[in-house]
Amino acid sequence: MKELRIHGRGGQGSVTAAELIATAAFESGMYAQAFPAFGVERRGAPVQAFVRFSKDKIRLRSQVYEPDYIIVQDSTLIGDVNVFSGMKEWGIAIINTERRIESEVPEGVRLMTLDATRIALDVLGVPITNTALLGAFAAATDVIHLEALERALRHRFSGEMAEKNVKAANLAYNEVRGGTV
Amino acid sequence: MTLSVGCTARPGKSRENRTGAWRTFKPNFKHDKCTKCGICALICPESAVHENQDGFYDADYNYCKGCGLCAEECPAEDIEMTREEK
Amino acid sequence: MTQIMEGSHAVAEAVRLSKPGVISAYPITPQTHIVERLAEMVADGLLEADYITVESEFSALSACLGASATGVRVYSATTSQGLALMFEVCFNAAGMRLPLVMTIANRALSAPLSIWNDHQDSISLRDSGWLQLYAQDCQEAHDLHYIAYRVAEDHSVLLPAMVCFDGFVLTHTYEPVDIPGQEEVDAFLPAFSPYQRLDARDPISFGMYATPDYYMEFRYEMERAMQRAKGVLKECGKEFGERFGRDYSDLVESYRLEDADTALVAMGSLCGTVKDAIDEMRGEGKKVGLLNLRVFRPFPFEDVKKALSGVSRVAILDKNVSIGSKGAVGLEMRDTLYGTGIEILDCIAGLGGRDIRKRDVRRIVGLAEAGGGDIFYGLREEVL
Repeated sequence: MKELRIHGRGGQGSVTAAELIATAAFESGMYAQAFPAFGVERRGAPVQAFVRFSKDKIRLRSQVYEPDYIIVQDSTLIGDVNVFSGMKEWGIAIINTERRIESEVPEGVRLMTLDATRIALDVLGVPITNTALLGAFAAATDVIHLEALERALRHRFSGEMAEKNVKAANLAYNEVRGGTV
Repeated sequence: MTLSVGCTARPGKSRENRTGAWRTFKPNFKHDKCTKCGICALICPESAVHENQDGFYDADYNYCKGCGLCAEECPAEDIEMTREEK
Repeated sequence: MTQIMEGSHAVAEAVRLSKPGVISAYPITPQTHIVERLAEMVADGLLEADYITVESEFSALSACLGASATGVRVYSATTSQGLALMFEVCFNAAGMRLPLVMTIANRALSAPLSIWNDHQDSISLRDSGWLQLYAQDCQEAHDLHYIAYRVAEDHSVLLPAMVCFDGFVLTHTYEPVDIPGQEEVDAFLPAFSPYQRLDARDPISFGMYATPDYYMEFRYEMERAMQRAKGVLKECGKEFGERFGRDYSDLVESYRLEDADTALVAMGSLCGTVKDAIDEMRGEGKKVGLLNLRVFRPFPFEDVKKALSGVSRVAILDKNVSIGSKGAVGLEMRDTLYGTGIEILDCIAGLGGRDIRKRDVRRIVGLAEAGGGDIFYGLREEVL
């Protein structure tokens, strides 16, 4: 079983991102579970969402404390919450930033970065970065393929909105950079 | 920290919660065409816009969440939203 | 067909396929997604029901009660403070022998205000005469609604039923759920056939007053109906298994209890985490198992006693507490196991959404083996 923890701010679509990844994994033949860290969130407040993937049925219901992967939708969260808490050795961190942030990342974490906010603003016109980051997740891991993600996006959104989100995911898929810290 | 009896709280707790990091966009008060009408301060949902010594207005970036309402409502179009570097 | 969906939507699908004629509910976190989806279904013509919007939970359940008395299948959903506001109507519905079905998206009760999960809300209505079923995952939350309608509406039962599933932990979780077709559901759950109903041509009154000469007998009849519900639950659970491949013929689920020394006892979504912890401990040679109380009312005394006949000790995870006494499950277990010599540890745990991890389950097994007394498990001593 693999576990993903998504850190974001209310309004950036962390919960939707978790659901989309779970959908893409499920449609690729895996068992998947997605759920939010339940809170009284306001737009902008720090939020978390979780995804588990497995070949077998998932029974575990506790939150994700030792993730294989993290997605950070907003790099300012690194100062507010310990986004790297409990990460597995050589776990992958996908972080939305336009800066170089290697110095803020602990050893043993494989860092992947991209400016998902710019992609979201260019393609969607709003700073909702989740679908771009999902494209980056597909590029950085072998958990879900881009085609499965595209299907999940077209299932969730319709018409122009679906195509814009597919485009944002594709741009991010090609732009994400990084490796071992 | 110790628990209060009956889960009580005193005023002022939200001052500790500095919400400035929530911004994606930042309002820049240019003080160029500003007529000092004060609508920006009235409209700010966080009461984060204040009058300065010269009678112009500025945002308190410790609390401003970058919602952009001030820029949207400014009759003189003197507030510009720019992307926050993150 | 198996689809991935939110637990709340899996419940809404079960309600749609159960074809209620009247729905009345008032939105409250974390129940909201269920009733929003049902309102959409009614608006979109996917569900032919009257959705009665009301100004409170008291009115919602009152509307359901009245509608049920006219002979229509009804549905409501609530949680926490909403259920507390329904308190009076809950007792009335049961006493009038009206087979309402209501989903409880389990949540803690105020104060302090908490929107998070525990079982205090439904447990506080354990004496109301409603059946109470607890789901451990989104599939069970879906399936148990069909069974709840069948059993509640059975003329040998005629009692309302609560299907309890954990707020947020299940209501807001996306996972695969098998949704049957309408024809399959219709074959298992035929149209509602009321035992009696309000009819202007043949008038009756429900819930008339009973003098001391009769009140106790009415209450005793409810108790007898509740006891008969055990058999009906087993029959319907078996038939459901034959039709849909998921068997609910047991009122309790036994997991690796055959040769267990220590049995954990839990209800609802916690059972999954406990099972994973048990598999880990079994791998280390520890003989532990789980008793999942799927049915809390009627309380399955005989089934519990039989399932636990071989164990030396029992550790209960009680997501509720009767302040001034113990946890509700712990009290039932002490009654059930009285005289057997089985040691009992009652842990009040997971109140107000406190997360319970596999390591907590292991620690609780350790506490039970050490033979300590009942506790509030995992308190933060530094703030006390």
